[in-house]
Amino acid sequence: MDRKNEALLVENLHKSFGLEEVLKGVSLKAIQGDVIAMLGASGSGKSTFLRCLNLLETPSSGKVFVGGELIRMKKNRFGESVPEDIKQVERIRTRLGMVFQQFNLWSHMTVLENVIEAPVNVLKIPKKEAIEKAEVLLKKVGIYERKDYHPAHLSGGQQQRVAIARALAIEPDMLLFDEPTSALDPELVGEVLLVMRKLAEEGRTMILVTHEIGFAKEVSSRVVFLYEGIIEEEGHTKDVFENPSSERFRQFFSKHVEH
Amino acid sequence: MDFKVVLDNLPLYLNGLWMTIQLVIISLVSGFGFAVPLALMAVSKISILRYLSKFYIYFFRGTPLLIQMFLIYYGMSQFEAIRESFLWIFLREAYWCAIIAFGLNTAGYTAEILRGTIEQTPFGEIEAAKACGMSKTTMYLRIIMPGTFRRALPAYGNEVIFMLHGSALAGVITIVDLFGAAKIVNSRYFVPFESFIAAGLFYLCCTFCIVWFFKWAEKHWHVHLRPKT
Amino acid sequence: MLDLHGYLPMILEGMILTIEVAILSLLIAVILGFIGALAKLSKFRTARIIATIYTTLIRGIPDLVLMTIIFFGGQIIVNNIGDYMSWEYIDISPFIAGTVTIGFIFGAYMAETFRGGILAVSYGEIEAARAFGMQSWKVFYRITLPLMVRHALPGFGNNWMVLAKTTALVSVIGLQDMVYNANVAGGATRKPFTFFLVVAILFLCITGISDIGLRWANRRFSIGVRRV
Repeated sequence: MDRKNEALLVENLHKSFGLEEVLKGVSLKAIQGDVIAMLGASGSGKSTFLRCLNLLETPSSGKVFVGGELIRMKKNRFGESVPEDIKQVERIRTRLGMVFQQFNLWSHMTVLENVIEAPVNVLKIPKKEAIEKAEVLLKKVGIYERKDYHPAHLSGGQQQRVAIARALAIEPDMLLFDEPTSALDPELVGEVLLVMRKLAEEGRTMILVTHEIGFAKEVSSRVVFLYEGIIEEEGHTKDVFENPSSERFRQFFSKHVEH
Repeated sequence: MDFKVVLDNLPLYLNGLWMTIQLVIISLVSGFGFAVPLALMAVSKISILRYLSKFYIYFFRGTPLLIQMFLIYYGMSQFEAIRESFLWIFLREAYWCAIIAFGLNTAGYTAEILRGTIEQTPFGEIEAAKACGMSKTTMYLRIIMPGTFRRALPAYGNEVIFMLHGSALAGVITIVDLFGAAKIVNSRYFVPFESFIAAGLFYLCCTFCIVWFFKWAEKHWHVHLRPKT
Repeated sequence: MLDLHGYLPMILEGMILTIEVAILSLLIAVILGFIGALAKLSKFRTARIIATIYTTLIRGIPDLVLMTIIFFGGQIIVNNIGDYMSWEYIDISPFIAGTVTIGFIFGAYMAETFRGGILAVSYGEIEAARAFGMQSWKVFYRITLPLMVRHALPGFGNNWMVLAKTTALVSVIGLQDMVYNANVAGGATRKPFTFFLVVAILFLCITGISDIGLRWANRRFSIGVRRV
């Protein structure tokens, strides 16, 4: 099997919160340059799946390989699954850039400080170099003029663009988007999607949890449809939308396109 | 009322003021230094650390500062081991006893303030820090604590005022601070109104300075929260 | 157990005095606090100014200094008036001086708390009561007051705890409360630490019991308040 350009491999991922099983055995493979759209109703487990990839949630069982490297897990004394080596997890996290629904910018730092924080204090890049790179990124997402503002003084769309620049600043192998436009006012969604489209066109590997079906259809190369913790439909975007095999996806699709 | 006595004894008051300022600043600085680890212990996952810190905070917030000061100033002499150790060099002096009591006391209150504000850190900011691979130490140093100190500012301002007021207790154990100076003037000339009101005015001025300072500091440090005009 | 050399009854007597001072001064504080809060919210400028001066002075000057001013100074005033009216010598007892001062101090804190409580009652709720035809006293008694209590309760509880601890200061002006008695007993037995520790524990009991009571009251009065 060719694993050279494999960006992500997930095998049989399970996740329970208490007695409720949210993910019931999800497997997924992404190669470099893939843009995978994860669709599904709220509660289908798509956000949880994404958060399991960088261990913001700890998977109950299953394997996650990032760039061919297995995230090693062990059982603690209560029988719960925990990372074996937190240093490994931290290292792998620097290779995955994450963009959150609520932006999660650090409120006490300016835009520029937010973007250079991880490069300087995690990757230990010289500050001067980090600033130069950050300025390029801020220009790219179109928010360079606001680099000395604090997050509270920006609109939601602007904050999310800063968050994207922050995710790009660690030069990740893959970008994870967790419903990046769901918290935005409708008129601000466009500016964020524009930036994301640019990134997809650059050939970046992206996993995108979203409600924006139209956008997913346009930019993604593959689609994964989750239903109650199981992959219900999966395939190349074109095939899935033109000829879905799952009745549930058909219903979901028709319900969301009306709006 | 005749404030001429006060004016005649102005140097005494000014020395007292200087003593008060010393006591307050040394106690606040050392108390703050102690409060940070206490607050971190209070939010720790290790239950023994958490209980220790919570007990400390409960004791120092639940008993009067006067008692805490007496426990140290009068109480320590009860133990021969302490009287014979090097600690006695400090513990036999009212000055150091006051500073130790005030420092331990303000550490308890400050730790409680910090614990509250650490717990108020927006969860999303912590997740974002984790997501970019920050270690726990880096996260505390760069994300949690800077936000915590900023949010703690108004409550800490009140604590500083309480410490100033509490420091008057030093006058009870023979230290000539502002209150001690007033006591001396009163006992020499028997002018209780003038002597203590003068001290009160000095305290009032100090309080105003502290209030003013914290307003300024909030303006400076809360830029990130103020709506842009 | 701690060996108290038979001084326990004396300490407990002191504790009763401490509790007496605390409760009486709380009473004074609540009355002054109500007047202060109403003055601060009043239409009359003079009332507002006086109330503001009162709360600012109290919060700017240490309790101990205020207590000494009232204890020594009050004595002189009474004597002067006494001379003028040719009364016999009247002695202001430390009990009265202590209680009045603590009540006076915490009246200022209570005023702030009550003011906040009154302001937190939303105008809509009062308006709704009026719309149902309630008379104004009924609006106050049935709607404003219960709502105000609910909003002011946490602050009130906090003030009470601080007040209870402040009563320790009355020992400085010679009142024989438990701190004073512990000092005497500690000196006599040469075990000051033991006795002050006992007093500290008794204070923890007072604050601890208050804490439990206040939590109960908070639950009782906060039904329907959404927690953040």
